[in-house]
Amino acid sequence: MHVYTQAIIEALALIFSGSGDVWPVIGLSLAVSGTATLIATAIGLPIGYFLGMSRFAGRGSLILLVNTAMGWPPVVIGLFVYMALSRTGPLGDLALLFTPQAMVLAQVILAAPLVAGVTTAAIASVPRDLRLQLRALGASRLQEAFEVIKESRRGVMAAVIAGFGGIISEVGAVSIVGGNIQGSTRVMTTAIVFNVNRGEFGLAMAWGMVLLGIALFANAALTMLQQAGSVYER
Amino acid sequence: MSASLAAERSAPAVRAESVRVAYRGRTVVDVPSVELASGETYALLGASGAGKSTLLRVLGLLERPTAGRVLFDGSPVGAGDLTARRRIAAVFQKPYLLRGTVTDNVAYGLRLRGVKAAERAARVAAVLERVGMAGWQNRSALTLSGGEGQRVALARALVLEPSFLLLDEPLSYMDPLLKRSLSREFAGILAGEHITSLYVTHDQDEASVVADRIGIMRDGRIVAEGDTDSVLGLPSDEWLAAFVGMEPSLRGRVISSGDGLSGVDCGGSVIYSTVELPVGTDVFVAVRPEDVTLYEADAVLPRSSARNHLEVTVSDVYPQGGSVQVTLERGGSRFASVVSRAAAAELDLKTGRRLIAVFKATAVRMRASD
Repeated sequence: MHVYTQAIIEALALIFSGSGDVWPVIGLSLAVSGTATLIATAIGLPIGYFLGMSRFAGRGSLILLVNTAMGWPPVVIGLFVYMALSRTGPLGDLALLFTPQAMVLAQVILAAPLVAGVTTAAIASVPRDLRLQLRALGASRLQEAFEVIKESRRGVMAAVIAGFGGIISEVGAVSIVGGNIQGSTRVMTTAIVFNVNRGEFGLAMAWGMVLLGIALFANAALTMLQQAGSVYER
Repeated sequence: MSASLAAERSAPAVRAESVRVAYRGRTVVDVPSVELASGETYALLGASGAGKSTLLRVLGLLERPTAGRVLFDGSPVGAGDLTARRRIAAVFQKPYLLRGTVTDNVAYGLRLRGVKAAERAARVAAVLERVGMAGWQNRSALTLSGGEGQRVALARALVLEPSFLLLDEPLSYMDPLLKRSLSREFAGILAGEHITSLYVTHDQDEASVVADRIGIMRDGRIVAEGDTDSVLGLPSDEWLAAFVGMEPSLRGRVISSGDGLSGVDCGGSVIYSTVELPVGTDVFVAVRPEDVTLYEADAVLPRSSARNHLEVTVSDVYPQGGSVQVTLERGGSRFASVVSRAAAAELDLKTGRRLIAVFKATAVRMRASD
């Protein structure tokens, strides 16, 4: 147990003293995953709204595709993005490999299906008659969409949290496309792997504790939203 | 109400032509034509699954029909026409109130239309007063009871001053007591507003309270249509008769006519009606069960203005809520009566019992059988 105790004490000292690159790495992690979540929301929310609202042939197949994409292995996405951004890849000219932008791109691909999938379920749970009621009071398509999203905002917020929670803790994609360059692309997950390999458990534990704290916070928020439920029977 | 409105009736405010709606190849609505006159309340009556709500959604531009078209004041309109849609407002089975206060809900449609805050507040206050909820502006919509919620839903629709109001079973989730009082309230409000209204219900009592005209739907088609009294009082076939809780109309021929009275021979029995038709006209005749009073066969009948006294035989007796429905036969003719449970016990109602049925000539509905 001594190894844990020592690592935790060292980690707490590093976190509170702010020494080394503990906080810059945390900052970059939040910036990359936060930006990716915002972009993923901009993409996933309309897709989720469309899939939740519409009834058309092939809708089931599209939902299946989104649900499958929710479980995409990060290393595989990392591999595809790496190939796309490598010098010989279709996006090689952008020279984005081993930059935070590349990491954002990979995480957007991972988070967008999560946002879309959870949003689909949230929007589909809004009663059809409520949408009819809005339309019958003169709402345009856009006004109807706004009100439906507002009514299902708990589910939509859960979708965003699920997206963020899914990417803040992934290591496969960011390590491949980011490369864990100190001061440039090093984020908490890649830094943990790097420091564990060097036997620096205290530093790894510092980021591990912050990561656990963020995961705990995101899941607590998600649980609260789920338990608050939604009231339509009125 | 119906007579005055019928007289005022001019070009239809709302008309549907050759409307057909099919889901996965199955036709659920097939209505060649239906019209609503300006200011009238038209009730669509029918069992669950008859296609009433689907037809309402088509007429309310909430659903595109598979075929056919809808016209407002003679001009074709469609579901994509926001201007036309904003002439309509609707109240559905459940009020589906949005989160927020009563004002937030009632003013919703006004906000969509860009009505300024001061005017919104004034219109909300006025409409809440009309639906009996004056001063409820700041109450949370989530704390309202079912009846209050539905009144807010009605206010939310009326505040828009729509030219066409849709009501899709607005009272179906209410308990019977509240339903009776709210249906009377709704009828009063609709009559006062003079809005062309389509009222969908499966409850004929509710329809008869609110409607000027009634259409009965069955399997996607309108199988009977007309003023409330004739549709509910003179069913043209067995299915309709069963639906409205009557025996099928009797067939007969007018054998005497004059002084505001027609005598009709129905299979050997003469029935008198105040509807005057020429002698020799073949007719359908019906009398609502609640208009028929029963006496024991040997009873001395009290003096009354009831013109029709018929010796009948009971062919069926069955309880219906707090009363008892009795099927009566005379010759080949059948009609029904409804009596209290106490009266049923006193008359010892049972199959084969001989009685005298008494009803007024004014209670006898009659029309020529084409």
